[in-house]
Amino acid sequence: MYVVNNSFVIIDLIAGNIDETITSQNGFIIFISKLKFKYIITLLYFSGPMRKVYMDYSATTPVDPRVLETMKPYFLKKFGNSMSLHSWGTEAKEALEDSREKVAGLMNAKPKDLIFTGSATESDNMVLKGMVYANKNKGKHIIVSAIEHHCIIETAKWLERQGVEVTYLPVDKYGVVDLNRLEKEMRKDTILVSIMHANNEIGTVEPVEEIGKLCRERDVYFHTDAVQSYGKIPIDVKKMNIDLLTCNAHKVYGPKGVGALYIREGIEIEPLLHGGGHEFGLRSSTVNIAGIVGFATIAEIQKKEMNSDAIKLTKFRDNLIKETLKIEDSHLNGHPTKRLPNNANFWFAFIEGESLIIHLDMNGVAASTGSACSSESLEPSHVLLAIGLKPEEAHGSLRLTLGKYNTKEDVDYVLEILPEVVEKLRKISPFKRGW
Amino acid sequence: MKESFGLYSKEVMKHFKKPRNMGRIKNPDGVGKVGNVVCGDVMYLYIKVKKDKKGRSIIFDVKFETFGCVAAIATSSMITNLAKGKTIEEALKISKLDVANALGGLPKIKLHCSVLASDALVEAIYDYLTKNKLPISEDLEKRHEQIKKETEFVEEKFKDYIKMEKEIWNVKEK
Repeated sequence: MYVVNNSFVIIDLIAGNIDETITSQNGFIIFISKLKFKYIITLLYFSGPMRKVYMDYSATTPVDPRVLETMKPYFLKKFGNSMSLHSWGTEAKEALEDSREKVAGLMNAKPKDLIFTGSATESDNMVLKGMVYANKNKGKHIIVSAIEHHCIIETAKWLERQGVEVTYLPVDKYGVVDLNRLEKEMRKDTILVSIMHANNEIGTVEPVEEIGKLCRERDVYFHTDAVQSYGKIPIDVKKMNIDLLTCNAHKVYGPKGVGALYIREGIEIEPLLHGGGHEFGLRSSTVNIAGIVGFATIAEIQKKEMNSDAIKLTKFRDNLIKETLKIEDSHLNGHPTKRLPNNANFWFAFIEGESLIIHLDMNGVAASTGSACSSESLEPSHVLLAIGLKPEEAHGSLRLTLGKYNTKEDVDYVLEILPEVVEKLRKISPFKRGW
Repeated sequence: MKESFGLYSKEVMKHFKKPRNMGRIKNPDGVGKVGNVVCGDVMYLYIKVKKDKKGRSIIFDVKFETFGCVAAIATSSMITNLAKGKTIEEALKISKLDVANALGGLPKIKLHCSVLASDALVEAIYDYLTKNKLPISEDLEKRHEQIKKETEFVEEKFKDYIKMEKEIWNVKEK
C-alpha cells in the first residue's frame, strides 16, 4: 500500500503529481501522491524544524524568565493578602509598596502617586470616567486624539452617550497630533486631554512634553496612555508635564493582568471599583501581589536594559523598513523617525492583510494587520483611516513589532519570506501592476 | 504545522494554501466582477462555455482572481471547483450555503464571503447569456440587479485600483 520513496519527489513536484504536502514539527515534509490504486508517500527531511519568528510584541510579550523567578514565591509561600494584619499580610504589603516604588521610578513619579490596576484598559476607563465624574463642576468636555486605543475611543463614545462632549483630535499623515489645533479645541469647560505617548499600530511617538505644557498653561488635566512606550523609551512625568499616565506589564515582558495608573498628587478622580478601599481607596480588589512583583522586576530590568534594547531594535527596525520598501507598491505607515524603536508598519497595494498574516503564520512568522477582514466589526483600523489611508489601502496593512528576543536572523528570515508571500497573494488578486 | 488556524476549517485552509483554478482566462465567454459591501473584498470570475454532445451549455473552464481574506480566497477556489463541468442551469443552482458546506463550514463573521463567490458565478453566467443574446430568466435578472447595486458601491470605493488595473490591462491587450 505505501511506497516510501525519495528519488522521485523532484520529478513528481515538476509533474504536479503531489496532491498533499504535510510539514511536520520535526522537520519532515511529507508528500502524498494519490494515484489510481495506491498512495505514494514521500518523506523529505529538511535541515530542521520550520523557523518560528514572533514579531507581534505590541500585542503581547513573553514573560522575562527573571521576572517569573521573582513572582514564584508570591504564589506559593508569600501568598498573603496585603490588607491582613498578620505577618503574611505584612509581607505582602511590603512587597506591594516596594513594587510601587520601582514601577513609579521608571517614570520619575512619586510612589504614592501610583496605583495598580488589573489592566491598561481598566486604567484608561478609570481616567476618562473618573475624571469626568470628579470634575463635573468644571465642565463636561474632553479631548482625545483620533488614533487612541479602543479602550479610550470606546470609553469616550460611551461618555458621549451620557452627555459628555468629546472632541476627537485629528492627526497628520504620520499620525502626529497638531498642537495648534489642540490649542484651538481647548475650551473653558475642558476637563481632560488624553493623547497617547506612542501609537500601538503605527508606532508614532506624540510630542507629549509640548502637549503637557499646553495643558498645564490652560489648567486642563493631561492624561497619556503610555502602554506602548513604558519600558521602551524614557518617560518622565515631571519633565513631560503629565498629570495621569497609564501603563501595564505584559507589553514589556511582564505578566498579563497587571496595569498601573499614575495620578499626580492633588488630582480628584473617582474610582471605578468600590469596596475594601485598596490602593488608597481608588481601586478596591484584593491586590495581585505576584503580578505586581513581576511588574516591578521588569521595571527594574528595563531601567538598565531599555537603552541597549532600543539601540538594537532601532537597527533591526530600520533594516526591516529599508528592505521591505524595496517590494513594489509597498508603503510605510507612521513617521519615518519619530516612531517606537520596535515598530514597523506597512501597506501593500492589491492584497489583503488577513491573508498576508495567515501566509506568514504558515511560514512561522507572527505579525498583525489593520485590515477590515481581520476585525470583529469588519471595519478597517481607525488609526490607518485617521492618517489618511483609503479603506483598500488599510486592507493591505501589516504590522511587525520587534522585541528583545528577536535576532538579526529573525529579521533576515522575515525579509526572505515577506516578498514571497506578497507576490503569491498578488498573483491571486485581480488588481495588479506590471502584468 | 497546524492544520486548522483557529477559526478556519481544515478544508478552508487547504483551499487557501493551494487555490484551485486561480488566474485569468484570455477571451472569456463570461466575466463576473463583484465586490463585497461588508468588508470591501473583490472577486473576478471568468468562465469558458461550450456545448456538449446533447447541446447543453457546459462551463468547461473557470478561473478566479480575489482581493480578500482567507475565507474570500477559499470560497473563490471552492466555487470554481463546484462550477467546473456543470451546465449553466446546474451552476446557477449553486448557493452560498453549498460553498460554505463544501468547505466544512465558515465562521459566522465570514459567511458573507461565500455570498461573494456565488454572486461572482451568477454575474459571469449573466454576462455570458447577455453577450450571446440568450434568454435570461426573471429570477436571474433580479439577482443581477441586486448584485450590481452592491458592486457599484464597492467599485466606487476601489475606483483607483480599478482604474490602474484597466490601464495596465489595456496596454497589455494592445
